[in-house]
Amino acid sequence: MSNLPLIRCHEASIHRGDRCLIADLDWSVNAGELWQVTGDNGTGKTSLLRVLAGLAPNSLVGQCEREGATLYLGHKNGVKADFSPRENLALSLGADAQFSAKETDRALQVVGLGQHLDEPAYRLSAGQQRRIGLARLVLPSPRLWILDEPLTAIDVSGVGLIERCVNDQIHRGGAVVFTSHQPLMAGTLRRLHLSGGRGVIHGV
Amino acid sequence: MAWTWFHRLGSPPWIYAFAGRLLRFLLPLTLLLLLVGSIWGLAFSPPDFRQGNSYRIIYIHVPVSVVSLAGYYVMAIAGAVSLIWRLKVADIAMRVAAPIGAGLTFLALVTGAIWGKPTWGTWWVWDARITSMVVLLFLYLGVYALYEAYDNKALASKACAILALVGTVNIPIIYKSVDWWYSLHQPASIKFTGGTTIDPSMLYPLLLMIVAVYALYVCLILLGLRAALLESENKTKWVQQEVME
Amino acid sequence: MSNVLLKVLSRQVLLAFRRPAAVLNPLVFVGVVVLMMPLGLGPEREMLGEFSPGLMWITALLASLLSVETLFRGDYDDGTLEQLVTSGHSLYFASMGYLLSHWCVAGIPLILCSGLFASMLSMPSEGIVPLMASLFAGTLVLSAFGTLGASITVALRRGGMLLSLLLLPLEVPVLILGAGVVARAIAGMPIVDLLSIMMGLAMLALALAPIAIAASIRISLEV
Repeated sequence: MSNLPLIRCHEASIHRGDRCLIADLDWSVNAGELWQVTGDNGTGKTSLLRVLAGLAPNSLVGQCEREGATLYLGHKNGVKADFSPRENLALSLGADAQFSAKETDRALQVVGLGQHLDEPAYRLSAGQQRRIGLARLVLPSPRLWILDEPLTAIDVSGVGLIERCVNDQIHRGGAVVFTSHQPLMAGTLRRLHLSGGRGVIHGV
Repeated sequence: MAWTWFHRLGSPPWIYAFAGRLLRFLLPLTLLLLLVGSIWGLAFSPPDFRQGNSYRIIYIHVPVSVVSLAGYYVMAIAGAVSLIWRLKVADIAMRVAAPIGAGLTFLALVTGAIWGKPTWGTWWVWDARITSMVVLLFLYLGVYALYEAYDNKALASKACAILALVGTVNIPIIYKSVDWWYSLHQPASIKFTGGTTIDPSMLYPLLLMIVAVYALYVCLILLGLRAALLESENKTKWVQQEVME
Repeated sequence: MSNVLLKVLSRQVLLAFRRPAAVLNPLVFVGVVVLMMPLGLGPEREMLGEFSPGLMWITALLASLLSVETLFRGDYDDGTLEQLVTSGHSLYFASMGYLLSHWCVAGIPLILCSGLFASMLSMPSEGIVPLMASLFAGTLVLSAFGTLGASITVALRRGGMLLSLLLLPLEVPVLILGAGVVARAIAGMPIVDLLSIMMGLAMLALALAPIAIAASIRISLEV
């Protein structure tokens, strides 16, 4: 397994329109690390995560490199309401690999949707729809996870599931960067705190 | 050597000063050319044997049409430079070229109508060049409208650059197809000139006016560029100093 | 890499089955507009027949404009486009997938029903097959421009009117050539050369448009 950092930011500044949200960030994420990005509303957490995922290259001044593929789960679900959970995973555009039917069915069982495999997603509750997106955490996935508020609309059992998935990912040698207003217990937590236009690292 | 020059293109204060130096001699030259060209064409050139004196408006119409079409390419090239090399100045040049080009196209249409009234009896005729010019005007307006629709102006410029490049590829296709369409429906067309059959006494003032309007276009771009630079960099020191003076 | 093209194509086609309105609405629209023509112009068969090539093609343009407005809307709103860009898939082939799927869902049904609508406009029978042939190539170009316009405007709040302004000037050649093919066929003149030009434009559009569409998707996601 390569020892290169999965994310490397060097003098990175994140802009949104005319405003500079974060200035001169020097930060790296290595394999096996769990990072939480904290800060008040409006400090640029989502913008930073989007830049890390490669969704906002024009907001970046400086270097912010990613090594390898990424799994990104943002505020939007990535789940099509007209498709069933099975179809959503089989036709998912988020994964570079093709999943077998057995793998997807198993993943859906794990996230608690085993009874609703073929129901169109608009008939499921909001929490259940989010769980379809979470099934990606159970399936084979890239080494780097970027999760923006993964616990939104998830009940207690779902939170436990996510924590287990994150834990497994860390122990496999992957890395997870996330934001959350709720606590997420899964191994040694490092923090990047955004405040006053700068990022402060509270590593372990 | 070439690299330092290229590097300077990325510096707004240098561009501002350079544009200023260019304008100092270009602006009077342009005014001179325009004056000489228009007086020669509008007053002194011989009357056309078919259209009499009313044709004189072409001394404004043709140069303005030519430059308005070239202006679209200028806008698209500026957009491409901005996309590829991320030069802020190219970005601003593209933004400035859009309304100038649209204005020239509109002027071309108006002068075309002025020409059309005595020649064909109506203010509007769907001939090939006028029709192509209307499409060009809409292409310009589309770029402008797209720019205004985006709140984030950095992204707006990128989107407009893409649109302008798409338009550039399409313009030859559009012009060719409109020419073909016109030949289908109007067997006997009143073409202004076949190109080689124009008398030199009419050709020279026309060429002069074309050069003059090109020079005018460059002046307008430089002026607009300077104004836009002041506006977009208004928080930096060099602008504050400039304004103080 | 064409894996993502097939995935996008399958998704869009499956979606069209789930929501048939997406396919039917443009056809109903064309039907209504065809109804408006004689109401506005008068029912004389010869006059209608003479104008029918242009009328059919203008209607095809308008139908394409309307059907393309919501092309990316769903995938933008539910985060599918984000997933597409972060996944590392080739955006070029994904864009081509969106283009081809729009053609399948909006263009092909129109081609199939065009004979019916053309007869309603008293188009002489010599024109009907050439009409379908011209629509085959032309709707591909319309789908290319339409997908491009949709990708540039999907993140904007009031993109609808803007879409028409952006697309119609670019679609002028398709209109001229398409109506020209049908008119020439009715007049008994050969149309192979014109149809080849149209097919050439269609291939050019199919190859080049996805480059611009991919770039526009990235821009729209950043808004």
